[in-house]
Amino acid sequence: MEKFTRLTAIAAPLLRINIDTDAIIPSREMKRVSKVGLSEGLFAGWRYQSPGSRAENPDFILNRDPWRKAQILLSGLNFGCGSSREHAVWALHEWGIRAIIAPSFGSIFQGNCVRNGIVPVVLDNAVIEALARQVEADPENFRPTVDLTTCTVATPDGKSWSFSIPDADREMLLEGLDSIAVTLKRDAEILAYRERDRSRRPWIYLPG
Amino acid sequence: MGQTIIDKLWAEHTVADLGDGATLLYIDRIFLHERTGSVALKGLETAGHKVRHPEQVFCTMDHIVDTTPGRSDETRMPGGREFITSTRASAIAAGIHLFDLGDDRQGIVHVVSPEQGIALPGVTLVCPDSHTCTLGGLGALAWGIGSTEGEHALATKTLAVRKPRSMRIRFEGQLPPGVYAKDLILHLISRFGASGGTGYAIEFAGSAIRALPIEARFTLCNMAVEFGAWTGIVAPDETTFNYVRGRPFAPGPAIWDQAVAHWRTLVSDADAVFDREIEIDCTQLGPHITWGTSPQHGGNIGDAVPDPAAEPDQNRRQSMQRALDYMGLAPGAPLEGLPISAAFIGSCTNSRISDLREAARLLRGHKVAAGVKAICVPGSSQVKKAAEAEGLDQIFREAGFEWRESGCSMCFYAGGESFGLEERVVSSTNRNFENRQGPRTRTHLASPATVVASAIAGSLADVRKLKGN
Repeated sequence: MEKFTRLTAIAAPLLRINIDTDAIIPSREMKRVSKVGLSEGLFAGWRYQSPGSRAENPDFILNRDPWRKAQILLSGLNFGCGSSREHAVWALHEWGIRAIIAPSFGSIFQGNCVRNGIVPVVLDNAVIEALARQVEADPENFRPTVDLTTCTVATPDGKSWSFSIPDADREMLLEGLDSIAVTLKRDAEILAYRERDRSRRPWIYLPG
Repeated sequence: MGQTIIDKLWAEHTVADLGDGATLLYIDRIFLHERTGSVALKGLETAGHKVRHPEQVFCTMDHIVDTTPGRSDETRMPGGREFITSTRASAIAAGIHLFDLGDDRQGIVHVVSPEQGIALPGVTLVCPDSHTCTLGGLGALAWGIGSTEGEHALATKTLAVRKPRSMRIRFEGQLPPGVYAKDLILHLISRFGASGGTGYAIEFAGSAIRALPIEARFTLCNMAVEFGAWTGIVAPDETTFNYVRGRPFAPGPAIWDQAVAHWRTLVSDADAVFDREIEIDCTQLGPHITWGTSPQHGGNIGDAVPDPAAEPDQNRRQSMQRALDYMGLAPGAPLEGLPISAAFIGSCTNSRISDLREAARLLRGHKVAAGVKAICVPGSSQVKKAAEAEGLDQIFREAGFEWRESGCSMCFYAGGESFGLEERVVSSTNRNFENRQGPRTRTHLASPATVVASAIAGSLADVRKLKGN
């Protein structure tokens, strides 16, 4: 997995509440058994003029310069709610997004982000709204910095805000860890659990 | 201080404390389906990992398959066939249980898993599908995950999880006529918002919940995720044990008593303290209907479309305005009587045999209104078989409903099928998101009973006024 330490980038405000993963990538855009090739379907319902077409909707923020190069997304409450489809995160990452700042996230989506090199940053809605106004006024120059080493978001005018992220998520992002390899180091504990549990709950263990 | 049911299940499945509130939890059962499971199995193969204990891993075909009678591996969705054939090949290679097309155990994952006795009280069960919380209805600790977490669970039989906060929601009192489990959960979400449960595991309790049959508890827990919750759960009781007994993968007679004795301990202690408690008086509720593009946009069938101008919160106001524009609705318009062009009964929320029995009971002797496309999709091959044995399919067909093969179907474009542009649909499903059931399709979520009453009327209708009910 790609590591994340610090990023200063153009931020795109998409301040709607409850943006669901169907909106991030509609079912009809998930055409293959693959984690790649999904960015074309990102926000397809909003980004294109009509379903199935690829004619851009000029009003949609990610179709406008300089936000076409945005790597940070600012959004509203409950971003990524709904379907568990990790394709939403794969599509965002492939398109170029590396950090999303929102007041809260759908929990499955938040877990999917940290497993794919995207930092889910939780900040107060009022802070995000203020950031959005400044970003809209001067997107090219007013580039926020998301620093995972210090867990802060900073802006060119000298302001900064701390955010919290679980230690394990932070470490996974900073180190680009393979979580399966990490867990398999605890194999002895997993086997010991099974031995204990098998006598306590024998009905769980189906014939192999 | 006493323990909540979540505390007990957490402790029972703890392999290791990982610090900072995280725990390595043992995962008893893993379920996959051909859309997100296919990519997890393929990812695992690519990384060179093996499925650990394939005998406890299950896979069904529901998300991509066509639901029209006489179906095959072909779908109307471009590339759909690859999802089915790839999943089949990976499942066979990994040696996991596969409920393939044509297998009479096939169906929607969260309908099949309790039906087959795979989901049980007290098990940890995960699936790369957000509605896995459905199985909390049995007292299982079940939650939806992504495909990468799915790979982790398959390779290690564990997941690293942070313990959520605890919430108890008591639904008290008898449900009035026309009010079902679907109305309870939709009411909850509209009152507290689609992120009202974010960060919580929720125990549903109270006299109304104790009185609910198991399948209604599935409906309730199914939409815990639409409330933002990590999962929902109902403590197991006699209703639960009676449901589980004798199912194919359930504990057999030799260990049944031992299992039940254990399950009886899985209740919150009397002195358990929850981080948040909510109580809802069910006697004041009516049939619920959504009017917008989030499950939080809803109210009673007798309500008018609300006015965004009256909403003090700016974000909520903008969300309401966007929703009304999308739905083609004006503030103040009555919801009851709004003309519809389609009606859908199906999905992991409301497609079980009790849903179909109630829908058929109301439908008997009526016809679907002219110009309304009505579709019924049983939740599993077993549900379909049982419904046909009771003659329910005849009632649906004679009234003008299409009768389908089981699968997720038009809950979200499964099989490449969707409703039309700006078509107004009343639906027993769980999500009224923009474009969910089709490009610009306008979805109104409701109970199967309200779907039936509306299909007959040709407009959103109050089931309590249905003649002969």
